Amino acid sequence: MNWQQLPILQVILPLLAAPCCLLLRRSRWAWGFASLVGCLAFLIAAKQLHVIHNSPAGAISYQLGDWVAPFGIEYRLDRLSGLVLVVVTAIAAVALSVSRRLLKGEVPEERHHLFFAIFLLCLTGLSGIVSTGDLFNVFVFLEIASLSSYVLISMGRDRRALLAAFQYLVMGTIGSTFLLIGIGLAYMMTGTLNMADLAERLTMTLGSVYGEGASLENPALPVNQTRTILAAFGFLTVGLALKLALFPLHAWLPNAYATAPTVVSTFLAGTSTKVAYYVLLRIIFTIFGLTFAFQQVGLQYLLTPLAVTAILVASAIAAYQADLRRLLAYSSVAQIGYLVLGLSFATHAGVTAGIVHLFNHALMKSGLFLVVGCIATRQSGLTLESIRGLGRRMPLTMAAFVVGGLGLIGVPMTSGFVSKWLLVSAALEHDRWLVAVLVLVGSLLAIVYVWRVIEAAYFQSPDETGSDEVGEAPVGLLLAAWVLLGATLVLGVYTDLTVGLAREAATTLLGGGS
Amino acid sequence: MSPQSLVLAAVVMPLVTAVLVAACGRRPNLRETVTLVSGGLLLGVVCLLVGSVDARPEVNVIDVIPGSFDRPAISIGFHVEPLGVLFALVASGLWIVTSVYAIGYMRGHGEQNQTRFFACFAVAIAAVMGIAFSRNLLTLFLFYEVLTLSTYPLVTHHGTEAAKRAGRTYLGILMGTSVVGLLLAILWTWQLAGTLEFRVGGILDGHVEPVTAGVLLALFAFGTGKAALMPLHRWLPAAMVAPTPVSALLHAVAVVKAGVFTILKVGVYIFGTDLLSSSGASVWLMYVAGASLLTASLIALTRDNLKERLAYSTISQLAYIVLGVALATRSGVIGSGMHIVMHAFGKITLFFCAGAILIAAHKTRVSELDGLGRRMPWTFAAFSVGALSVIGLPPVGGSWSKWFLALGTVEAGQWPLLGALMISSLLNIAYLVPIPLRAFFRDAPPGVGGDEETGGEAPVACVVPLCLTASGCVVLFFCADPIYQFLLSVTVN
Repeated sequence: MNWQQLPILQVILPLLAAPCCLLLRRSRWAWGFASLVGCLAFLIAAKQLHVIHNSPAGAISYQLGDWVAPFGIEYRLDRLSGLVLVVVTAIAAVALSVSRRLLKGEVPEERHHLFFAIFLLCLTGLSGIVSTGDLFNVFVFLEIASLSSYVLISMGRDRRALLAAFQYLVMGTIGSTFLLIGIGLAYMMTGTLNMADLAERLTMTLGSVYGEGASLENPALPVNQTRTILAAFGFLTVGLALKLALFPLHAWLPNAYATAPTVVSTFLAGTSTKVAYYVLLRIIFTIFGLTFAFQQVGLQYLLTPLAVTAILVASAIAAYQADLRRLLAYSSVAQIGYLVLGLSFATHAGVTAGIVHLFNHALMKSGLFLVVGCIATRQSGLTLESIRGLGRRMPLTMAAFVVGGLGLIGVPMTSGFVSKWLLVSAALEHDRWLVAVLVLVGSLLAIVYVWRVIEAAYFQSPDETGSDEVGEAPVGLLLAAWVLLGATLVLGVYTDLTVGLAREAATTLLGGGS
Repeated sequence: MSPQSLVLAAVVMPLVTAVLVAACGRRPNLRETVTLVSGGLLLGVVCLLVGSVDARPEVNVIDVIPGSFDRPAISIGFHVEPLGVLFALVASGLWIVTSVYAIGYMRGHGEQNQTRFFACFAVAIAAVMGIAFSRNLLTLFLFYEVLTLSTYPLVTHHGTEAAKRAGRTYLGILMGTSVVGLLLAILWTWQLAGTLEFRVGGILDGHVEPVTAGVLLALFAFGTGKAALMPLHRWLPAAMVAPTPVSALLHAVAVVKAGVFTILKVGVYIFGTDLLSSSGASVWLMYVAGASLLTASLIALTRDNLKERLAYSTISQLAYIVLGVALATRSGVIGSGMHIVMHAFGKITLFFCAGAILIAAHKTRVSELDGLGRRMPWTFAAFSVGALSVIGLPPVGGSWSKWFLALGTVEAGQWPLLGALMISSLLNIAYLVPIPLRAFFRDAPPGVGGDEETGGEAPVACVVPLCLTASGCVVLFFCADPIYQFLLSVTVN
């Protein structure tokens, strides 16, 4: 069979399916259709990863409308994009297939078809960002994803969701604007938007980019030595840090995740920040290159302290949260610190650790939010106080939470341990002792916040009002949560897929950029 | 069966037991039968492994971190070597005895959540087997954490506020030290040596400076919170809120011995005794251990609560074992290995007695024991034997291990430490011997004497195990030679 059209299908399928959901109107039909699309998207992504992995170059390129890049838009997928796409679509497929049950009581039924349409648009945006090899296209898809996620978040059941969505809207728009300015500046200096082309032209001299006729002060100056490019890099990095919720630009994230409908938190927790991280990797390593970012600009002096602070501060804040979803959200901010820390080492081992953790954490955190969704189907309270004794009433649900929690701590045999191991050994490789110790202290804090939940659920008796009957979440939901968190266990033992692919992806990234 | 499958069986079987126990929750008799039968099977498996120890069979289960261009893969895997077999033998043998005791105790006491109790117990034994047979540091770390997590529900078994607080201390210290100290030490070893395998003669030789070796050893020693080296000993007295069988097996045998066993294995197979003695990296550890064993003995003197006194005694005895490793001489290592066995038998007897006293007479304090000896002669006779073994007097097993440890200090030329050992033995006498003396020779206080006629010994299921372990202490005195020969093969390259 001919698999050449896969890259465009990945993006266009959810895009076309979104308006169809509107036409279907009935909640059940729209849901069935959207779930089908989600599963198809996952299959496409999986097949695509397979094709990429077996292709000689380790990458596939797709020219939109047969317009040759850099004139036309190019979709370019390598192992990294393939991996991220698999994560995004897998989580989307799981979230969509259980969404109807989760939406019950959170979004009125007559608005379900709107919800599914927006959800698919969001998926389009996220898939597009990862697929495209064109920088402006990244911006366009990022806007699609962002705008739809503002809407998704605002559908939360109480009015705080509106405020959270508005806060995210303001912050997100600032981030997008920064990105656009950065892209514009880069375009101004190089005249191209194609990533590969950009990377090439950035290292050329001004004279060769502008040609003989241009009157230049210093034609021998490489383009990436100009102040404009420096500014572009700054704008892009800050803009992405906002989207990524890197400390201290994380303020929008806890509110958004804590008030959005649970299915939305499940989806976004595993995808949106991960995709932003992907773009950051692309911009730093593929476009600007290792030498520029770390030797000329010295990005590590900014990112390493911020990442470590994120790990410590956000974990500490998480330990003080009474609301389960806020606790998980702050834990996400901390985990983003781990991701960025791996990147900031700018070594093969560090980037590998970052990519592996992207994969592992996405599944873990989505699974944990799904567990919260399971709890929400049985009771309205989602605070530590209201989950007392839940280990007895919902044994399978809480067991899933324990697995995910152990993954967050990084207990051996969970995928969290694998990423932590890689990250700390990457730190030790270059004698970054302090960082290594601080990362481990971060896991200590993770023990604290995870254990508060476990202790409440298993070792505290419920109030007198609470019944002691077993009342598990619906089977489908439970199954979905176990699929995601079971992956945490499986990927903690069978690491060939994640670590192997991430190593090759890191080789491509570092080799291609420097 | 091949030794490879036997090793796997030793780890998997208790896990299966845990599942079966959980499944048989509604039928207590069946549940207890499962525990006892699999305890017998496990002991049989471990005994079979003794025969294959010379061949050092190895088995690889799975690669957890795939190898990269310059590094081999890190795997979960097991091997059979003398130290591990010895530890596994002690733990599996005492598991059966403890199970019998626990059945009597839990039923006699009418405890809640017995199914959870026995299931967690089985998981903990599986973890101990994993630690004993672990082939590399990663496997050891994995089972070390499993042991912590599976014993947490046992420590907090009563579910009271005090139990929960103790559970937090327990988990906080054990997990905290292991995540920050032990894991860092393992990662560092990985950076330095490029491997994590346990090898005779060590893997670090030639890869470290003396100072680095000292720091790394410190990370290992303090990262292994289960060894309860002062000042990281707080969890052990706190964990005494657990039911007595837990204190007996886990805090005299499995958990604490897993800690010192880790240090022993790291000392012998990661650093190697040659590296430790030639670089002087472990001199500081000798003195920390010496200080720890004296201080803990002194604190034990001041404790009136029987279990708490035994807990501090354990801390002190664990420091003996760490001291033996730090000495890094042949006798030191042999003494350490032997003390793991001898102390296990002695201390478990003492804990069993404490539990029997609690069940039969509802007494927890040393000062309340006056005159109880006449009522519970077996219990207090066993207590005396156990106490002698912990002190290290003939004709009980503990005398051999203390002898070798003392010899070790002489070989290393550390005279002050020899003094410390002697003083500590005197302190042991001072805090242990008065207990049976009180019970046998003092009269019961007036008013509670009525118990003497009505009450007797604890249930048979409690008394038999403690007599068994006490006679074990005596048998070990006469049969120490096989253990000695066994351990000798570790120290000879």
